[in-house]
Amino acid sequence: MVFRIISVVAYLVLAPILGCLLAGLDRKLSAKMQRRVGPPILQPYYDVRKLFEKEKQSPTRFQDFYIIAYLVFLIGAGAIFFAGGDLLLVIFTETIGSAFLIIAAYSSNSPYAEVGAERELLQMMAYEPMMLLTAVGFYMFHGSFTVHDLISPDRMAFLPMIGLFLGFLYILTIKFRKSPFDLSMSHHAHQELVRGITTEFVGRTMGWIEISHWYENVFILGFIFLFFTNGSVAGCVIGALVCIAAYFLEVLIDNCFARMKWQFAFKSAWIAAIVLGMVNIFILQLMF
Amino acid sequence: MAYVTKSPWVVHYDGSSCNGCDIEVLACLTPMYDVERFGIINTGNPKHADVFLVTGSVNEQNKDVVKQIYDQMPEPKVVVAVGICACSGGVFRDCYNILGGVDTVIPVDCYVPGCAARPEAIIDGVVKGLGVLEAKRAAMLENPPAKAEVAEEAIGEPAEAAEEIEEGGNS
Repeated sequence: MVFRIISVVAYLVLAPILGCLLAGLDRKLSAKMQRRVGPPILQPYYDVRKLFEKEKQSPTRFQDFYIIAYLVFLIGAGAIFFAGGDLLLVIFTETIGSAFLIIAAYSSNSPYAEVGAERELLQMMAYEPMMLLTAVGFYMFHGSFTVHDLISPDRMAFLPMIGLFLGFLYILTIKFRKSPFDLSMSHHAHQELVRGITTEFVGRTMGWIEISHWYENVFILGFIFLFFTNGSVAGCVIGALVCIAAYFLEVLIDNCFARMKWQFAFKSAWIAAIVLGMVNIFILQLMF
Repeated sequence: MAYVTKSPWVVHYDGSSCNGCDIEVLACLTPMYDVERFGIINTGNPKHADVFLVTGSVNEQNKDVVKQIYDQMPEPKVVVAVGICACSGGVFRDCYNILGGVDTVIPVDCYVPGCAARPEAIIDGVVKGLGVLEAKRAAMLENPPAKAEVAEEAIGEPAEAAEEIEEGGNS
């Protein structure tokens, strides 16, 4: 119990720091890939501090409420994950959080934010089946949905679940809002739809969204980590290394592809979920 | 030091420029000059922007657009007029539809003359603007802007102005 509390507190404190550094490294790495110098590693931190310095401005007074709900549910989802709670509950809590972001965008009545919100919904529809299949796969392999049981099993889930891993890697691009699937909003500057789903979020509201992304990115990488833990130190080290490698891969993909249409994002994510995910689940069914 | 000077996000609007200055503004983003190393991002959204870069003189058709983009930007904000047309109207000054420089419509904090303004000069102008931005931030802390006014400003019609930006940027 004490360990769980420590773990949650560590998540609440360290996740934004880690997420901020990851975002900073992302921008630095992207700049290097484009042969630029790039901003300092702490640039995302400066950006958020700046956003909190800006004037308050909001098209409706409900918008900020929805954004705070988004932040709270995302932090909650991560907290359940790091407390060793139920993996399904983590996914559902995160889905509710994402829904609040979409409602916030709709509440502004701005056409750009609305198109962004619609695309965000499509993205959710694209990645959600794969997220659930991953949880189902973990259950079939380890016989439990709780992260507490998944974190210290006796065997590594990676090889028997390699199809689910690859499928999860595919939707990771959507979750991290990387090109070619940065339909609703992109972390890059110049783009269509003005600024997509975040068009109407000004100043500190935008700052809260950035902080939510930091929290979200960290516990999404936690999913990757679960594929590699086997109760030993070596498993943890491999898991951490693969998390870093996966993040690097996403940055590389981000810099290599132009944005695709939503039809492609939707179809390909479902094909990945069916081909890689479902086939893997059938194999797990035969094996165990 | 205020954090606003460490991450100035820029919104760029082409008034009635010949596109010479616009090319130079975009040149600032290339690996050669790479303004992102100062945290500068060229955003398409006035609501996220701190620095308003205007190229070209203001005419009868786009004066409302320039005003609206300016109004949509949250405080603290600065306006940088890039190129001689944006400063004073340049060679187009006497045209029947030209009002003159950007300062005929909105307050300008920093003038970058040149035809076209060089990327070095533009970066220099933005950095000068950052000083103003910091001063405005300090002034804002002392007497914050009135709330009612802000809410009214925010209602406006974001779509139209934003559309204009896209068109202006691509022309």
